[in-house]
Amino acid sequence: MSDLTHLTIAEARAKLATKDFTALELTDAYLGAIDAANDTLNAYVAVTHEQARDMAKASDARRSAGETSALEGIPLGIKDLFATEGVHTQAASHILDGFKPRYESTVTANLWADGAVMLGKLNMDEFAMGSSNETSYYGPVKNPWRGQGSNTDLVPGGSSGGSAAAVAAWLCAGATATDTGGSIRQPAAFTGTVGIKPTYGRCSRWGTVAFASSLDQAGPIARDVRDAAILLKSMASVDPKDTTSVDLPVPDYEAALGQSVKGMKIGIPREYRLDGMPEDVEKLWSQGIAYLRDAGAEIVDISLPHTKYALPAYYIVAPAEASSNLARYDGVRYGLRVPGKDITDMYEQTRAAGFGREVKRRIMIGTYVLSAGYYDAYYVRAQKVRTLIKRDFETVFADGIDAILTPATPSSAFGIADQDMAADPVKMYLNDIFTVTVNMAGLPGIAVPAGLDAKGLPLGLQLIGKPFEEETLFRTAHVIEQAAGRFQPTKWW
Amino acid sequence: MSVDLETVKRVARLARIAVTTEDAERMTGELNAILGFVEQLDEVDVSGVDPMTSVIPMVMRKRQDAVTDGNKAADIVANAPAAEENFFLVPKVIE
Repeated sequence: MSDLTHLTIAEARAKLATKDFTALELTDAYLGAIDAANDTLNAYVAVTHEQARDMAKASDARRSAGETSALEGIPLGIKDLFATEGVHTQAASHILDGFKPRYESTVTANLWADGAVMLGKLNMDEFAMGSSNETSYYGPVKNPWRGQGSNTDLVPGGSSGGSAAAVAAWLCAGATATDTGGSIRQPAAFTGTVGIKPTYGRCSRWGTVAFASSLDQAGPIARDVRDAAILLKSMASVDPKDTTSVDLPVPDYEAALGQSVKGMKIGIPREYRLDGMPEDVEKLWSQGIAYLRDAGAEIVDISLPHTKYALPAYYIVAPAEASSNLARYDGVRYGLRVPGKDITDMYEQTRAAGFGREVKRRIMIGTYVLSAGYYDAYYVRAQKVRTLIKRDFETVFADGIDAILTPATPSSAFGIADQDMAADPVKMYLNDIFTVTVNMAGLPGIAVPAGLDAKGLPLGLQLIGKPFEEETLFRTAHVIEQAAGRFQPTKWW
Repeated sequence: MSVDLETVKRVARLARIAVTTEDAERMTGELNAILGFVEQLDEVDVSGVDPMTSVIPMVMRKRQDAVTDGNKAADIVANAPAAEENFFLVPKVIE
């Protein structure tokens, strides 16, 4: 039965409809694959065997009764950042020890309403702060990809490292993920999967553990562009519980696939051509340009002059919001409590023990830039720079550009416990250099695998679109996918 | 701008994170690396630019000012490390 796990969501959907197998058989195949692989890959932090089988049985019963929904019987993995009622929800942090929410996030509730089955909760960087999944309290996730002829364990990227690894290693049909600075697109690129961060406001943030509220967006990681389109359609909604969710109809994204890109204007931003960019990344970008040109798109050189300031501005705005959002973890209402000699000492001891190094570092930066005397110099200035970054995009879109093509990451996956990255936090932050601009401007961005580097590791391209034009991204990414093919790791685990 | 050990300890206090002197020394270096990195924002001419308040231009949706939720005290304290009769228990804060 294990080959059931190699079907895409679209394929499984068709075979469930023709009763080639049941949702329970499909779910059992995934649970078996998880049980066999998870000790090695560490992609899941909790596997909900019983609940998964109950949900699958209920799905089969609905199908027998002739009631089927868009994701009927499709087994999914859920990033540990999403509140799932009665189930492990800790944002992969020690400080939320034992937390089992009494409510369900809107995004996951939408998926269950559409018939999907939950396999369990996926590993991630603690509070979604990281680019390698190494800041997780539950330890790093191993990338199912390895370099040709190499036994070195690689990171799957982050923060949605568990989501990306699980999708690539056939441990779920698709996964939820979130993206604050690149946390969907970078891991997707590192694992040869497709990940889309939709426009800010497209998915409700209600019930998603908050990191930086003005940047956080949920989105899917999937095996191919079609599956990502299917998942986003179910995840997206307007939600009275999140006033930043946008009241626009959710289009049928799948219908955009196969539409021509003839005559579309694709912008190539010169500021994304970095000094010292690996040749493989440069080559991949040129290849992507060629794919789209061959498909009839018009390629236009553009300029986004404030690109280089996006990452430094992000490292003011995101920690500032995080320091405020994470103030709630005080040992009183949920999770870990470490006793102290008085209440302040209890707060301080709890937070010292409960947060990992990277999270503390960001809370400290955020607290500092928001503190008296520094607020204008850091925070207000960063928000002004953010206005300029957004204006750059508005200008090129007003000039007729339909979408922008860039590399997704400056390199392929790197090794677990990389010494350079460990020594300098800023080096790790540079992973998000191509993706973070998109969060700062609230735009949609998709990462689509487009080739392998010289080591045989996947590399992705990113497409950036206008607000709420995810359909353009799916359509264009599909053209790249058709031309480049799909990429799968060789099973070693 | 850069931070010294005393500033780091003060910020840790504001953030309610207990730090040893050793932690604070390590953090001083890390924080200065990050502050050095963000310093490049000083090059940008931001005169006359409004700070970003919302990436998507929209009017905040409002709802009727009515009670739509409640009567779930047991749910609210269900995850508390210490609770009694639907109250959160904390160390004594007044003498």
